[in-house]
Amino acid sequence: MNSVYEALVEIVGKDHSSVQPEELFIYSWDLGTTEPHRPDYAVSPRTPEQIQKIVQLANKEKIPVVPLGGGLSLAGLAVPFKGGILLDLKRMDSIIEVNEKARYTVVECGVSQGQLTSYLERHCPHLTHSEPGAPPTATIAGNMAIHGQGDLAQPYGFNSDMINGLEVVLPTGEICQFGSCSIGSGWFTLHPLPDVGLFLGWTGTTGIITKVSLRLFPCKKIRGAALFAVDNEELIPEIIYKLTHTQMVEDIVAFSQAIPPFSSGLQHITINLSADSEKELEFKQEIIFDDTLGEYIRKGDGGYLGFNRGLQRPQISKTSDWRKGGGFEYVGSIMPIDTYPECYRRGRQISEKHDIPYTVLGRCIGAAHAMMFSWTYAFNRADPETIKHAKAALHETDDLVLKLGGTIWKPGLYGQKLVMERLNSSTFDLMRKVKQLLDPNGIMNPGNWEPAL
Amino acid sequence: MYEVKYDEKKCLSCRTQDCLIKCQYIDIDKESAKKEILKIGHGEDSFVLHECVTCYACEEYCPMNNHPFYLIVEKQEELDIPPLPRPLIQRGINLGVPFRGEPVIEKVNGRSLLMGVFSDLMFLIQGKLFEGVPVISSDPRKMFHYFCQLMYLHYARTSVINDRLPKIIETIAKHEVDEVICFHDECYGTYTSYCSAVGIEVPFKPVHFFEFLYDRLKELKDEIEPVNLKVAYQRPCSSRLSSDKHHFVQDIFELIGAEAVEREYVDENALCCGGTIVGQRQEGSRKRAAEIEKKNIEDMKSAGAEVCVFNCPACYNTMAQIVTRNGIAPIYMSDLCRLAIGENPAGWR
Ligand SMILES: Cc1cc2nc3c(=O)[nH]c(=O)nc-3n(C[C@H](O)[C@H](O)[C@H](O)COP(=O)(O)OP(=O)(O)OC[C@H]3O[C@@H](n4cnc5c(N)ncnc54)[C@H](O)[C@@H]3O)c2cc1C
Ligand code: SF4
Ligand code: SF4
Repeated sequence: MNSVYEALVEIVGKDHSSVQPEELFIYSWDLGTTEPHRPDYAVSPRTPEQIQKIVQLANKEKIPVVPLGGGLSLAGLAVPFKGGILLDLKRMDSIIEVNEKARYTVVECGVSQGQLTSYLERHCPHLTHSEPGAPPTATIAGNMAIHGQGDLAQPYGFNSDMINGLEVVLPTGEICQFGSCSIGSGWFTLHPLPDVGLFLGWTGTTGIITKVSLRLFPCKKIRGAALFAVDNEELIPEIIYKLTHTQMVEDIVAFSQAIPPFSSGLQHITINLSADSEKELEFKQEIIFDDTLGEYIRKGDGGYLGFNRGLQRPQISKTSDWRKGGGFEYVGSIMPIDTYPECYRRGRQISEKHDIPYTVLGRCIGAAHAMMFSWTYAFNRADPETIKHAKAALHETDDLVLKLGGTIWKPGLYGQKLVMERLNSSTFDLMRKVKQLLDPNGIMNPGNWEPAL
Repeated sequence: MYEVKYDEKKCLSCRTQDCLIKCQYIDIDKESAKKEILKIGHGEDSFVLHECVTCYACEEYCPMNNHPFYLIVEKQEELDIPPLPRPLIQRGINLGVPFRGEPVIEKVNGRSLLMGVFSDLMFLIQGKLFEGVPVISSDPRKMFHYFCQLMYLHYARTSVINDRLPKIIETIAKHEVDEVICFHDECYGTYTSYCSAVGIEVPFKPVHFFEFLYDRLKELKDEIEPVNLKVAYQRPCSSRLSSDKHHFVQDIFELIGAEAVEREYVDENALCCGGTIVGQRQEGSRKRAAEIEKKNIEDMKSAGAEVCVFNCPACYNTMAQIVTRNGIAPIYMSDLCRLAIGENPAGWR
């Protein structure tokens, strides 16, 4: 019997560790275009202490450790490129605390977005969190590890800006806490302690997040989305600017897609609104649609398509499967809002060149401080030719993002390389030093951000 | 090229000017009404073309069958006075483009029920009422091949209707149908009223859905248990094109023991659901739509309605939620009929 496997069984038990090929197969790929790579072991720990032991073992044996939440990043970020131990974190799924008055929750890393949403709906209906558009099995921690953004992005920014505290198992096995929790206070703030932003955006290459304290926000009784359409993409930046000026919108997403045909060539903007009463809702609608956007309507340049009550969450997932049953992957980017028209046009060109119906989407982050703009490329899993096209389109888009002055969000290996080539050399150097300090044996999710070693 | 058959002489000799006098959305006196409709007939600009909310009602009000509404819409397009913003028009026109292959044509050789563009509401046509009736346009992916196109009246795009409609009729005819029961009365209005108004030939006999339901209920009379519900009927815009069939609403209610509550906004005086108005270009359209919605609801409530009966899926989508919030249950007419014969309404919310 393999001694590493035996040691893993010792740590997490037989039922939660595997070397079965069919189970390892499941963990060898994600939903995107990345080539599969099989892990050598798959384990599902229940406690930070178990993770600690696993990491210590991996350090001793110099084998990779790849953390996995919902596995929904699409960019191959939890594909074990160099084999090793796949750490499936879904069993760590306790909602440890909800502090209603201080509006935060402490969750274990395996708690999914859907789990938190339904917990809050049931137990604290006046509180909510910023749920990303990903399918509901996406984890809170996995989303932090890639700087995700959700349906409260407009007022509050990236989801990773909404953290009050973290618990992390370092690559060498120490269990660290960050924020007020680290001095034995509650998990209510990250400030004003010295900031150690070492774990967000590093896609699991600097440690394993085991607990997150997440800010919660008011959940109003009526939540829904209105739709506004324009036929001139040039209008989008100014419309978003005006909408954010009202400070009344929870989420603003502009999108355009070739299929279904009614949306082709048009830009649709979903405008999420919430209110505690009909009076508040009407007031907001009046300010937004009659006063702010009224001029576009009367000139005939923009159309109001009504307000639908009852926010369907997650929202973006709903529009990602128009093709039904095929595959898809997108390049996400963080861009200045004013690049929307160019992003749309260039994305269409790339899609058309590769014979893929175009789908583009821009989510406003903060008061128009940036947008997450994504270019989605559909493919047919059973047809290698379509995968080839999607891959080529994804790479061209990574190049485009940097050309247009943006940054790539949750980049895959190709995008990471592009980013690192451009990184300020001192920053790059610091990154390498940090990485060497934290992970001297380079065991954490290797392949990702690797040239930083 | 198809063009609406409008007869100026009828307006010149008209004593009522009901088309505009009865209009619930434009305030106009008799003299101006005559002047404006004649101007429109001559292809001149008129404030009516700017203020019309495209509710279809004048088509019913005109006692001379002179097609004032079709005329208004045709001229709105000619003079480029679109009721809706450009992007909504483009969106609406693109909506009707079939994009998932050709439909499968099964020969019917007789009578059939046409779902038109509402194939995803197949669940509404289950049970005894529909036994043995072949259905065409049952596949939501192919439904736009059967889309009657009349919706584009709201978009002031008769050119789109005239361009696409003959092809739609051809597709339906390929099923070798002689009688077509129209699930949506907009289709019925298209094939009976619009086609004759612009001279498009229809090679089958359209049957109004309510007439069909009424006849089927009569056949199943022994199985009817009175529903004993107080109902309000939300009349859709397209029923203005088949006002001769409107009596079936009351006939059905009587047959199944439903009590139609006394509404102010009923029959000719019915108010739009607001769905077509909400996005229009006119100043205040959104608010106007909300006001209409409120008027409709208050009217139903004060009349004591327990149930609001719908004919049109678009009205249902616009109003079902608000009706429910006000303690009134929304239901399609077919489901109400199913309830009367002891079946479970499929769409009951
Ligand atoms: C249809 C669709 C729509 C989407 N829309 C959005 C959206 O609107 N907003 C958005 O932000 N994202 C979106 N995504 C992207 C992605 O699915 C989400 O960001 C998701 O939250 C990622 O979480 P996960 O648990 O699936 O992470 P995983 O994919 O499992 O992991 C992501 C990365 O983090 C690492 N990791 C996972 N857990 C931990 C941990 N506990 N500690 C350290 N590292 C860890 C992994 O190794 C990997 O590198 C979408 C995806 C899809 C498929
Ligand atoms: S359209 Fe009809 S109602 Fe109007 S003026 Fe002419 S004939 Fe009279
Ligand atoms: S369609 Fe309606 S709003 Fe327009 S003129 Fe006729 S009755 Fe008036």
